[in-house]
Amino acid sequence: MKKMGDMLLRQAAFSEIVMGNTALVRAMIEAGTRVITSYPGSPTPEIASAIQSITPADRPFYFEFSTNEKVATEVAYGASVNGHLSTVFFKSVGLNVAADTFVQLSLMNVIGGMVIILGDDPGANSSQNEQDNRHLACMSYTPVLEPATPDEAYRFYLVAADLSRRRHMPVVLRMTTHVCHAKQKVRFSARQPAAHDDTPRFDPANGPYIPLTAAVFPLKQRALDRLKSVAADAQIDALSTLEEHDHPNRGIITAGMPYLSLKEVLLDVSQPPDILKLAMVYPLPVARIQQFLSTHQEVKILEELDDFLETRIKSIAYDAGLRTRIIGKIDSDDWMGEYTPDKVRAVMHKVWPDMVAAAPPKTPTSPVPDRPAQMCPGCGHRSAFYAIKQALADTDITVADIGCHTLGYMPPYNMGQLLMCMGASTSIAAGLALNNTGRHVVAFLGDSTFFHAGLPGIVNAIFNRHNITLIVMENGTTAMTGHQDHAASGHNFNQATDKIPVRQVLEGLGVKHIFEVDTYQQQQLTEQVNQAVAIEGFSVVIARHPCMLKFTRKQRRRPEFQLRQVAVDQQACNRLHACIEKFACPTFSRDQTGQITINPDLCIGDGSCRQTCPSQAITAPKPV
Amino acid sequence: MQTINIYLTGVGGQGIGLISEALLRAADHAGLAVNAVDTHGLAQRGGIVVSHLRIGRNLFSPLIADGQADIVIAMERHEALRAVNSAAKDGATLIYYDTIWQPLDVRLDIAAPVGAADIEHLCAKRGIRLIAVDYPALKDVRMQNMVLLSHIDKHGLIAGVKTDHYRQAMHDLMAGRMLKNNLALFESLRQ
Repeated sequence: MKKMGDMLLRQAAFSEIVMGNTALVRAMIEAGTRVITSYPGSPTPEIASAIQSITPADRPFYFEFSTNEKVATEVAYGASVNGHLSTVFFKSVGLNVAADTFVQLSLMNVIGGMVIILGDDPGANSSQNEQDNRHLACMSYTPVLEPATPDEAYRFYLVAADLSRRRHMPVVLRMTTHVCHAKQKVRFSARQPAAHDDTPRFDPANGPYIPLTAAVFPLKQRALDRLKSVAADAQIDALSTLEEHDHPNRGIITAGMPYLSLKEVLLDVSQPPDILKLAMVYPLPVARIQQFLSTHQEVKILEELDDFLETRIKSIAYDAGLRTRIIGKIDSDDWMGEYTPDKVRAVMHKVWPDMVAAAPPKTPTSPVPDRPAQMCPGCGHRSAFYAIKQALADTDITVADIGCHTLGYMPPYNMGQLLMCMGASTSIAAGLALNNTGRHVVAFLGDSTFFHAGLPGIVNAIFNRHNITLIVMENGTTAMTGHQDHAASGHNFNQATDKIPVRQVLEGLGVKHIFEVDTYQQQQLTEQVNQAVAIEGFSVVIARHPCMLKFTRKQRRRPEFQLRQVAVDQQACNRLHACIEKFACPTFSRDQTGQITINPDLCIGDGSCRQTCPSQAITAPKPV
Repeated sequence: MQTINIYLTGVGGQGIGLISEALLRAADHAGLAVNAVDTHGLAQRGGIVVSHLRIGRNLFSPLIADGQADIVIAMERHEALRAVNSAAKDGATLIYYDTIWQPLDVRLDIAAPVGAADIEHLCAKRGIRLIAVDYPALKDVRMQNMVLLSHIDKHGLIAGVKTDHYRQAMHDLMAGRMLKNNLALFESLRQ
């Protein structure tokens, strides 16, 4: 078996097929990155999986999953001002959490260098929006490099780290979902293990590091000067590519993954336009863009999400007095979704229909029912939603949070009718409870999110005496992103650590009404929720069950593992269909006659379904 | 060299990641240029998982355009038909493992399930070669992907990729008991 960890540490140069996220880790090692931090979020957690493949003693850096993205950014910043090259990575919306710190970073002299890796998510594949983080980087005077492939992710990280170290400024490496997850053979350089000088080099004389009142302006001046110097940096400029096809009048300026889609679309075009592919999307290489504009009559700006490049390039043209026809976004469709080859074909067809044909007509299709994501067989959240629903009136209001339990909004549970972002449920619920005497308000919150951003809302609910019930859906892990440990797990990324139990935190905060139950005790959970919502004031129910996906995977790895499954006793079954219509474990299948059977591919033998059958027709799990 | 677009799909939890990685590495061992991408946002939780694999030199995006797949590999019946709808070229090949994981609306009796005949009908209409694979005696559901891999090899579906390349790929990706069991299954189905 090829061991990823061995590969990542190899001294000699080598080629290997890797995911973009994995390529980044080799780059971090080659660059001599010393401190790496993160909070898990798609599309970036595989960076940590690659780190985990290296045995802890052999890792040439420190890595931690911090409690949230803001904390992770601060830890990386602290390491950097002590002289260590650091990196923080997280998903698109993670930058909103980190923003309070991130917007200040460029004012600081990060003497060790600091790279911020963003996993943006055009197409909202696994996020609640498709926000364009180039705006936040611009607001923070931070350069942004944008790779299109795993090979570029590797090379651009090395340049970003070098730039950050040379100029003592933070640099953003903006990945997108399908750059993180693309796989390609990458040629890696030899690694020269540097002797690390771990002397703590923090010195206020490298600052000032206190941006207050008048001190802000020299810091801001320096940030602006640095940006200007980066725009003219030869090493960065060399990463951009100009493809001259000698088109008499048409050009395209693009960057990142949309470039790859564009190349696909232009494959059958006999006279393609010239293409300027930018490696750095902020700040822009003004002279190069002016030159490109001045040699073409029409230039299309092809960019995913917002009109970030378009507005800046139009401004460059205006300042230079250029009459080039600059074609940006044409309609709101151009602002939405990932720029896949199909999308770019549609976008380019609108611009130059003579050059790019429309998509061919659709072939005949047959109907297929949708397949939304859902909770796994045996999931403790399923038992929880099934039980909680029985305690609430249809008019009561339920607020979801981020995590696997968000999926409770789906039928047949319909639990969690609003969703915003990490940790928002308790405070949104508090607002819903104001001037509201008729409808109970219940918020859900996962245990990793409890620590991430949930605590301020809880403190507020106590402090301001809000009349709501919070249900903490405790499964012992950060399940949705791949089972990372959190503060209540008793283990961090590197070692065993003290648990911070959710219940004790709540007690310490002074929550007066705390209920606690394993969610498989469905009847008891229903009763507890009944009692909790009847309380005037803030009440909490800890609805606990370990993540069964994690548990089952672990069990299956044991040589003595014996799979057990339930069965439907067809004699006893009265076809009331509670198992399928109310409990709705995916293990139950229904045939056209209404007979219910167990899907042998799916049942894990947890038996949590048995109590939901009014006819008691589901048998105890037996070895299969 | 001609481009070969391979579109893999299934339901989260079916082991799409492993078969897609095995195909990618087998093609690499065969000396073919490969580009790939997994799309798996929330899919781990019972949703749809898709993996794109593209073989050939003159290609850029790892994503296969709609209706441009030469080979569709599906781990489940509903997903097989969905993939033929969206991804398959006319005249492509579909190979699928004929197990059924009913989607929510089928279980709730809101939507009709996909039957094997629905797939046969659409494939016949569009000149798509159809290979349905099943192995009722299989002890471990997690090895359905290897059953499929073995049939892909047996039918020589990927031009230029030979049995030994698949074996090498399996050796790259697995060790110990898992490798032994999967190799044994792979070999037994080649007979």
